[in-house]
Amino acid sequence: MWAMIVKEFRQLRRDRRTLAMMIVLPVVLLVVFGYAASFDVSTIPTVVAGPAAAQAPLRAPFQVVDRAPAEGAAWAQNEVRDGHAAVAVVTGTRTVVLIDGSQLFTAKAALSALQAGRTHPTGGPAPQVRVLYNPGLKTSFIMIPGLAGVVLVFVGIIITSLGVVRERQTGTLEQLAVMPLRPRDVFLGKIVPYFAVAAADLAIVLAVGVALFGVPFRGSYAVFALGALLFLFVTLGIGVLISSVSENQGQAIQMSFMFTLPQVLLSGLIFPLSSIAVGVRWISYILPLTYFNEISRGVMLRAEPIGPLWPPLLFLALLGLVVMTLAMLRFRSYLGPAGSGGGRSDAAGAPGAAEAPDPAAAAVAESR
Amino acid sequence: MNAPPPAGGWGTHAVSVRYGRRLALDQVTFRVLPGQVSAVVGGDGAGRTTLLRILSGAIGAGGGMVMRPPRIQTGYLAAGSGTYPDLTVAENLAFRAAAYRIPAAVAGPRIQAYLDRAGLLAARDRLAGRLSGGMRQKLGVIAAMLHEPALLVLDEPTTGVDPVSRADLWSLITQAAAAGAAVVFATSYLDEAERAAHVLVLAEGRELAAGSPEQIVAAMPGRVVAAATRPPGPAGMRSWRRDGRWRVWMPDGAGDVPGGGAELVQPDLQDAVTVAILAREPGASPAPATSGTATSGTATGKEG
Repeated sequence: MWAMIVKEFRQLRRDRRTLAMMIVLPVVLLVVFGYAASFDVSTIPTVVAGPAAAQAPLRAPFQVVDRAPAEGAAWAQNEVRDGHAAVAVVTGTRTVVLIDGSQLFTAKAALSALQAGRTHPTGGPAPQVRVLYNPGLKTSFIMIPGLAGVVLVFVGIIITSLGVVRERQTGTLEQLAVMPLRPRDVFLGKIVPYFAVAAADLAIVLAVGVALFGVPFRGSYAVFALGALLFLFVTLGIGVLISSVSENQGQAIQMSFMFTLPQVLLSGLIFPLSSIAVGVRWISYILPLTYFNEISRGVMLRAEPIGPLWPPLLFLALLGLVVMTLAMLRFRSYLGPAGSGGGRSDAAGAPGAAEAPDPAAAAVAESR
Repeated sequence: MNAPPPAGGWGTHAVSVRYGRRLALDQVTFRVLPGQVSAVVGGDGAGRTTLLRILSGAIGAGGGMVMRPPRIQTGYLAAGSGTYPDLTVAENLAFRAAAYRIPAAVAGPRIQAYLDRAGLLAARDRLAGRLSGGMRQKLGVIAAMLHEPALLVLDEPTTGVDPVSRADLWSLITQAAAAGAAVVFATSYLDEAERAAHVLVLAEGRELAAGSPEQIVAAMPGRVVAAATRPPGPAGMRSWRRDGRWRVWMPDGAGDVPGGGAELVQPDLQDAVTVAILAREPGASPAPATSGTATSGTATGKEG
């Protein structure tokens, strides 16, 4: 038995990724659940419109981000729709409070504060409260647009990383490297099937969500598709990057897990972003799922147009560009020579050379 | 139409490859002629796979010159079969045919013909991962030669393969050469290397001997004798076990084996290669069989 214990420790010591995961993951989980995981909403971004907007005495948890005495209900509703505020107070003959139901826990906190009478926005009679986009405050309404993103993370990162690293494990990668295929073709050939599967998965999740759970799809399909495309672009790139630094499928799964878990926990899918401790919240803002959630919930539930969604769309586009470029470069070196030559050994290997009209000219005489 | 090879065939000239600080190939020159089968032999870490990877284009050379056809005219079997275990035999070959742009009208009958020649027709719908080792190697070889390349590079095609499958593989290899391909393969089996027209013996990345098997044997310095027991003294350090007896290399070609009872044997390629390795020992004389140089070696007193 002692021999087994010693052997296991030796193997574990050399498997640094597993060791790091065993040590780092519990710490990450502790930090996430200890500081980040909270359903308590302490501040609710609020806009106030109407003639008494300047005087409306709003107290915590409502935090006024804008007062517009010259604006009316339409402006207030647009502010909520576009995600600038979770609550809009429209003053007038009778004060109306609009609450964004797509931010479930924030909406519940707002309702709770209003019903407890701690805050009467205008200090006058009880206001008329309207919960927009998710009047029944159904959890499924906010979860299914987010789960669509999780599906894309799952297929894009985990499945893709396994698919590519499998080539290395089966020894077929070297075979691909000598075939008359351009690295770009191999790269696209590897990711297009996963892209198609992810797109089909997404369609299924949305169809089931709409048909079975009655989740509305109020916005533009094109804007949603654009967001999904950019997000998938990022996740597929991360998947290829992971595969290019993984020796085997076990390592790929470990690394994918390290990328996937924070996305599920910190993207606002489960816990409201505003509830996550500031020290941890910055992580949320570098996770692509955070931005996809913003797009999917905005489009599906609030019919948010493309205008106010440009920041998350732009972020995903830039991140996708960076990740895909890195993935492509890694993939090229992955397919390219590992020898001392330092570069691909052959201009000769390019299909163009193979197709040269003079076959003799196509042959390689590579000199160094 | 395949690219005609340069004069002197495909191959390498003074090629060196370095992996980090380790020199995997040092100034190796090797020629592979169309219509011929050439072999690269050597022990573990000799540089066989590196040389074949250079020839196939899988890696680049750090120095020297490589002459090879474009990729579409090069066939390569990497160590292992290089086939997808979760695709069927037919699917593996269909992928290879598409990658090498073989027209569908040509690919179908050609796949059928190669499967027939390799004895894999009955297994065409079986997953490659469920084939026996020999069948999988045969699949790898026919996949590498499916596009009828000008240069066919095979890394240990027969390792771990049963005798019947080895014979099948040899049939495929010689047919490819007969059709005009320049075939080069790496092997640990010197009896297979003896069937090649040209043999390169590598040791620690350097050329130890090169030429036809007959030339390598003829150039072997000294003589080889067979004895019932391992001789004592320095002669024992130049002996190796073979066919139940001890072979002893007598570098100066004269003198008796201590202990007596030894008889002169007609050396073959295996003896010549072993002698070439022994000749690298510091102080061993005369010089090794061919133009190759040597560094160091410990292949004395071998159980072979």
